[in-house]
Amino acid sequence: MKTPNQSLFEASPSLEAGPLTSGEHVSPQALSRRDWLKSSGALVVTASSLGYVGIAGMGAGFASDALAQQVSSTKPALNAEELDSWIAVGADGRVTAFFGKVDLGQGLVVALAQIVADELDVDYSMVQIIQGQTNTTLNQGGASSAVGIQAGAKPLRFAAAEARRLLLEMASLKLGVDSATLVVNKGVISVKADPSKSVSYQDLIGGKFFNSKVEWNKKFGNPLEIKVKAQPKKPSEYRVVGQSIPRTDLEWRIYATGEFVSDIRIPGMLHARMVRTPIAGATIESVDASSIKDIPGARVVRERNFLAVVAEKEWHAVKASKQLKVKWKHPVEKLPTHLKVFEHIAKAPVVKREEELKKGNVDEAFKVAKKIIQAQYHWPFQSHSSMGPACAIADVKADKIEIWTGSQKPHFSRDGVAKLLAVDPNIVTGHWVIGPGSYGRNDAGDAVMDAAMLSKLTGRVVRVQGMRHDATAWDPKAPASIHMARAALDESGQVLAYEFTSKAFSRASIESNEADPHDSLVGMEMGLPARNGVGFGVPLEGYAFQNKRYAWEVIPDLIKQASPLRTSHLRDPVGLQIHFASEQFIDELAFETNTDPIDFRLKYATSYRDQELLKALQEKSGWENRRAHVLPQKGPIVKGQGVAYAHRGGTMLAIVAQIEVDTRSGRIWGRKFTVAHDCGLVINPKGLRYTIENGLVHALSRTVFEEVQFDQERVTSVDWLTYPILNIKDAPESINVVLMNRPELPPTGAGEATCRVVPAAVANAFFDATGVRMRQAPLSPKHVLQALKAGDKSTSSTKA
Amino acid sequence: MSITSFKVDGLNVQVDGDPQMPLLYALRDDLQMNNPKFGCGVAQCGACTVQLNGVPIRSCAVPVSAVSNQSVKTLKSLGTPEKPHPLQSAFVEEQVTQCGYCINGWLMTAEALLRKNPKATEDELKEGLKDLKCRCGTHVSILRAIKRAQAKILTGAFA
Repeated sequence: MKTPNQSLFEASPSLEAGPLTSGEHVSPQALSRRDWLKSSGALVVTASSLGYVGIAGMGAGFASDALAQQVSSTKPALNAEELDSWIAVGADGRVTAFFGKVDLGQGLVVALAQIVADELDVDYSMVQIIQGQTNTTLNQGGASSAVGIQAGAKPLRFAAAEARRLLLEMASLKLGVDSATLVVNKGVISVKADPSKSVSYQDLIGGKFFNSKVEWNKKFGNPLEIKVKAQPKKPSEYRVVGQSIPRTDLEWRIYATGEFVSDIRIPGMLHARMVRTPIAGATIESVDASSIKDIPGARVVRERNFLAVVAEKEWHAVKASKQLKVKWKHPVEKLPTHLKVFEHIAKAPVVKREEELKKGNVDEAFKVAKKIIQAQYHWPFQSHSSMGPACAIADVKADKIEIWTGSQKPHFSRDGVAKLLAVDPNIVTGHWVIGPGSYGRNDAGDAVMDAAMLSKLTGRVVRVQGMRHDATAWDPKAPASIHMARAALDESGQVLAYEFTSKAFSRASIESNEADPHDSLVGMEMGLPARNGVGFGVPLEGYAFQNKRYAWEVIPDLIKQASPLRTSHLRDPVGLQIHFASEQFIDELAFETNTDPIDFRLKYATSYRDQELLKALQEKSGWENRRAHVLPQKGPIVKGQGVAYAHRGGTMLAIVAQIEVDTRSGRIWGRKFTVAHDCGLVINPKGLRYTIENGLVHALSRTVFEEVQFDQERVTSVDWLTYPILNIKDAPESINVVLMNRPELPPTGAGEATCRVVPAAVANAFFDATGVRMRQAPLSPKHVLQALKAGDKSTSSTKA
Repeated sequence: MSITSFKVDGLNVQVDGDPQMPLLYALRDDLQMNNPKFGCGVAQCGACTVQLNGVPIRSCAVPVSAVSNQSVKTLKSLGTPEKPHPLQSAFVEEQVTQCGYCINGWLMTAEALLRKNPKATEDELKEGLKDLKCRCGTHVSILRAIKRAQAKILTGAFA
């Protein structure tokens, strides 16, 4: 164990870093930004660490003077057990809710405000959400696993309900009537029988604090939950929830009036660029600082294998990063190349095997099978490649550290920076400012850690931003995998047993957040051993096969330290890989048993929600009920339909893809999609539709185009030419979303679920169109032409 | 080092420095403008798009000296919430963005496209927009919004 004062790293003299003079880039805009940050902090938080000790006990039975004492103008310190840490009513009557996750642009804050407005009976426009700021919100895990509503909204819902209950108590005392006789409308509490007797939330508590406790399960992150005395509303009582309230967070993006993290300017900041080895796993032999001496103000900053250049002007930092001469010491380890990665996986030893699902007796069923069908599928490494490389700013002082980050887990950024610099996390404040796209752990987690180290080493405020190759070659990757599926059929074609095994790189060789420097490039470059985390996943669906075995096997990482192929979470982690395989295999079974692919799924996915979902899809998608690949096709462009279905975190969904294949060029056009989507209660239908649409298109890009390329030494996909993604000509002509609203069921996630059904639906449609199975992603023109040339392989390997 | 003079959004500006520095850094670092974004630095994504004499260019790959004495227009002067360009109001109405980092490129490119060819067909629009990237997958709503704006412009709703 290290004590807070002990550095994680042994003392090592910095070779080139030295004190740097202060810059002169102080702009009015930057100053105003900083002032705004300060004032906005002050607006919503009364900075006081004294901590008000609330009167014990809550709810009915308050003596009026006790209640008066409890309501105070002092805000208790940030603590999950304090109602005031979740919700506040301002002096102007506006309600502020404090959200410890972040909205990455899917309109989550709108849905949250709808939920809070309903629980509190206030107008929707009166609710604002503060998100991701580490000194005013609790660590709810940041954006994670698409549970912003499912898990993240829960404490806000309960806190709002509790606030309403307490406000009713206060009104009851003030008006001298029983609280049961009161009604609330738009933040005004009145006596039902005599509406002239009324009092507003604003009058009761505006600008003051409840100083009331809630029950907390003592957990942080996604599992954080609170319990309150109040009973939240029943779905039948919702008024704002269920409406398509328009987004309020768009205009700043469209009129360029707001800021992304890369737009933050702090007076006196230095610009930095990281210099990372072109050769995976290489270490620094020597750095020729004189190679950049002609660039004004450019300096080298180095600590062991952590290497950067800094300059007063951004262009000079960029130029220096390109011009700096470094001798790299080549590693012994070689990469297998992307062309041989699946061979490598097949041969690699297994670090860990886990059978996540076991039902019945699979081995016995295979012994008595009349027919066994099996197939294998491949999915490549993929990159986040966010729209812009990550950017972060850090201001490290002895007693106070500030970071500005686009990481989707800013509380974990704070913890990681504190650990990296061996300081108390309480002196670190994380300002979350949206970055250029985030779908998991992309390069933002490293950028914020890099910025903190650079600020410490230079003694200056440092802004670091990546170049394109930092975001494409050096971001954490989604793992490559192979998947083996086999099924045992009886003489009537009934499935007796189903076995599915993935063999793959870990889903997260580095954690999905940057709370521990062992999981960051800077930590590894400075000598901390990588943790090489191990895990994968299995298919999620509701097939009622009598005998099932779902397992995964994880193989060793390619390069253990600071690898450009280290893995972590990317939008629906391992969901695309697994269901590309499992849902194609189900289609192969339908084909083998001469069954329509939707009918086949209906036969085995027997829960009422799955049944209604698949029937709605069948009805609304223009699906032709037939066995796959029975229609004769003429001409160079052939058409096909394909279906896929899955579960994710309680959400159930199914999709139909209607595609065109140009057999001359190998181009697949996913022309029309229909998605049937059941995520329980729908909070905001329009927002949900858009979330589904965007997730679908992102997944379509990964299905058709994306593959990280690497030779024996380095990742060679470094930009948009070498890592192509979907463009607007390849986007679907239409996406029809069928929402299965279930007000009686709690809401579950929607931000990622759709992604996992896209790959198999496209591959199944490709089979329908061509009679050829595409068992390796991506379904790029090159792979399509290869597959078509290889000829008709309409059935999977079967044996009697 | 040398001084380059040009116009940005109607204002005369001067930038002192390396004439080979890309225009993007002059706009972002010297002039402290936020609207053109750094996306790739190699003219592959469009996030940095501005218009030079009315024609969309990738400011990350054009040296600042190349715009000397010319007129650069950025998203800042396309419209305001009070007086929006039809594309901007259509993007708001269609609730287009996810992260929104790419939107500058789509707006500045689509504006020039519709100005040059107001009756562009869907295929012509796609052809003119195909070199822009969006990583969040909002292409479908982007096209909806551009077609909505086109209809507004054609019917004179924004004449």
